[in-house]
Amino acid sequence: MNLRRLALIAVPYGWLLLLFLVPFGIVLKISLSDQALAIPPYTPTFDLAGGWAGIKSFFTGLDLENFTYLTTDNLYWKAYLSSVWIATLSTLLTLLAGYPIAYAMARARPEWRPTLMMLVILPFWTSFLIRIYAWIGILGQTGYLNQLLLWSGLISKPLVILNTPVAVYIGIIYAYLPFMVLPIYATLEKLDSDLLEAAEDLGCSRFSAFWLVTFPLSRPGVIAGCFLVFIPVVGEFVIPSLLGGSRTLMIGKVLWDEFFSNRDWPTASAVAVVLLLILIVPIILFQRHQQRQQELDA
Amino acid sequence: MSRRFSWFNATSLTLGFVFLYLPITILVIYSFNSSKLVTVWAGFSTKWYGVLFRDQAYLDAAVITLKVALVSSTLATILGTMAAWVLVRAGRFRGRTLFSGMIYAPLVVPDVITGLSLLLLFIALGLNRGIGTIILAHATFSMCYVSVVVSSRLVSFDQSLEEAALDLGCSPFDAFRSVTLPIIAPAVVSGWLLSFTLSLDDLVISTFASGPSATTLPMKIYSQVRLGLNPEINALSTILISLVTIGVIASSLISKRASVRRQRQEQQALAQS
Repeated sequence: MNLRRLALIAVPYGWLLLLFLVPFGIVLKISLSDQALAIPPYTPTFDLAGGWAGIKSFFTGLDLENFTYLTTDNLYWKAYLSSVWIATLSTLLTLLAGYPIAYAMARARPEWRPTLMMLVILPFWTSFLIRIYAWIGILGQTGYLNQLLLWSGLISKPLVILNTPVAVYIGIIYAYLPFMVLPIYATLEKLDSDLLEAAEDLGCSRFSAFWLVTFPLSRPGVIAGCFLVFIPVVGEFVIPSLLGGSRTLMIGKVLWDEFFSNRDWPTASAVAVVLLLILIVPIILFQRHQQRQQELDA
Repeated sequence: MSRRFSWFNATSLTLGFVFLYLPITILVIYSFNSSKLVTVWAGFSTKWYGVLFRDQAYLDAAVITLKVALVSSTLATILGTMAAWVLVRAGRFRGRTLFSGMIYAPLVVPDVITGLSLLLLFIALGLNRGIGTIILAHATFSMCYVSVVVSSRLVSFDQSLEEAALDLGCSPFDAFRSVTLPIIAPAVVSGWLLSFTLSLDDLVISTFASGPSATTLPMKIYSQVRLGLNPEINALSTILISLVTIGVIASSLISKRASVRRQRQEQQALAQS
C-alpha cells in the first residue's frame, strides 16, 4: 500500500515538477543570461560535466542586464502600466455589466435558474478565438455597428472603434463576463430574502436595502469575480492582438512579439519574469480570499 | 433569494444575453452570405462551406487538433484524478505545499508565460517540436483543471463508504474501482470534457509548443483572422459553434437524467430497507 501511495504521489508530482517548475527555472536562467549567447538556437548550458568550475562559470555568467534593459526602454514599463490599467478599468466595467445580470438571475424563479446558468456558461465553451473574431466584423469601419448607425442617421461617417483600446475593452468585457457573473450569482443566490424584508420593514427604501444589505453580503462573490477577470486580463494576448491594433500596448503582446518577431529570447524571458512578479500579489490575495471563504463556509 | 422580478431585472437579463449572443448569431448568419465581403449581405449561399471542406489545410489542422485534444485530455484526466487523490486523500507528505501550489498556479499564470517556459524546456531537452510537445503542454495545464474539479467532488464524498468496502474485504484497489470511482465519475467525466474543450480552444500555448510540422485549428484560424475577415472562417466558426452547443446540451440532458435515475434508485433503496 505504501509503495502504491508513493507511486500515486510521485507520478503527478514528477510531471508537474518537470513540466511546470523546471520550465520556470529555465525562463529565469535565460532571463539572466547574455543576449549574444542566448540568441537561438539557444541551448542552456547546464554543464554538469565541467564540475565545480562549470557550475561557477554558470553562475558568474548570469547578470541582470536584461532587467536593466527593461527599465531603460520606455516600451516595457509603458506596456506593464497600460496592461495593469486596462485590466483594472475593464474589471470595473465587467463588474458594472455583470452585477445586474447576476442579480436578475438570483431573482428569477428557481425553475428558470439552471437554464439561465447554462446560457451564461455556454459561450465559455465556444472557442475564445471565434468569439473575439466575431467582434472584428461588428466593430470594423464597414462593420455591422457602423452600418446600423449610418443607416439610422445617428452618425454621418463611420466610427473608428476597431484597432483602438475601446475595442479591447469591449472584447474583454464580452469574453470575461461569465467569470464575473457566476461567482456573484453564487453569493446572491444564497442570500436570505428575509433579511431584505426585515430591512424594508425597518424603513429602508428598496435602494438603501440593496446598498446596506444585499451588496455587502455579495462582496465575496464580487471580489472573486474581480480577481478572476483581472488576473488573466493582465497577461491577455488574443484580445489586444486581434482588436487592439498597434495603438494598444499590452505586455502579453509585447512578450509574444519579442519572442516570435524579434527572436530576442533573453528579453522575452525577462518580460515574463517581471510579469509574473506583478501578478504574484493579486494571485496570493485571491488565494487567501478563497481560503477564507472556504473556511467560513465550512 | 427569490423576490419580485422587476422590470430592471428583466432589462438587465435581456441586454446581457443580447450582448452575449448577438455577436455569435451575426457570425453564424453571415456564414451563409454569398459575398466574399463578409459584412455585405449578397444573398443566401452555402458555398463557403464547400470551399472550406475542399481546403486541405483546414482539414489537416482539424485532424491534428482532434488528435491532440483526445490524447491530451485523456492523459490530463488520469494525471488530474491522481493529483486530486493526492491532494485530498494522501495525507501529509514532504513537499505537499509545493504540490498544491503547482496544481493551482497554472490556472492563473498567463498563457504567454506557460507557453514560453514550456518551449524553452522542450528546446533544452532537445525534443522535436510537433504534435507530441503540444500534447505534453496541453496535458499539463488541463490536469490542473481536472484535479480541481475532481478534488471538490472527493472532498464532499463520505469516506466511510470506502472504509466499509475495505472492512468487507476489498483490496484498496477494488475499493477505489467499485466504490470511489463510480461516485467521482461525473466529476472525472466533466474534467475530461473541460480538458478536451480547453485543448481544442488553445492558441497561445500551442503556438509556443509546436514546431513547423504541426498547425492546430486555432493556429490556422489565428493566422487567417489576423489578415482580416474571411468567409471561410465564418463557416468554420458556425460548424464549431453548432458542435459545442449540441455537445453541451446533450451532456447536460444526460447528467440530468442520470441524477434523476440516481434519486429514484436511492428512494427505492430507502423504501426497501
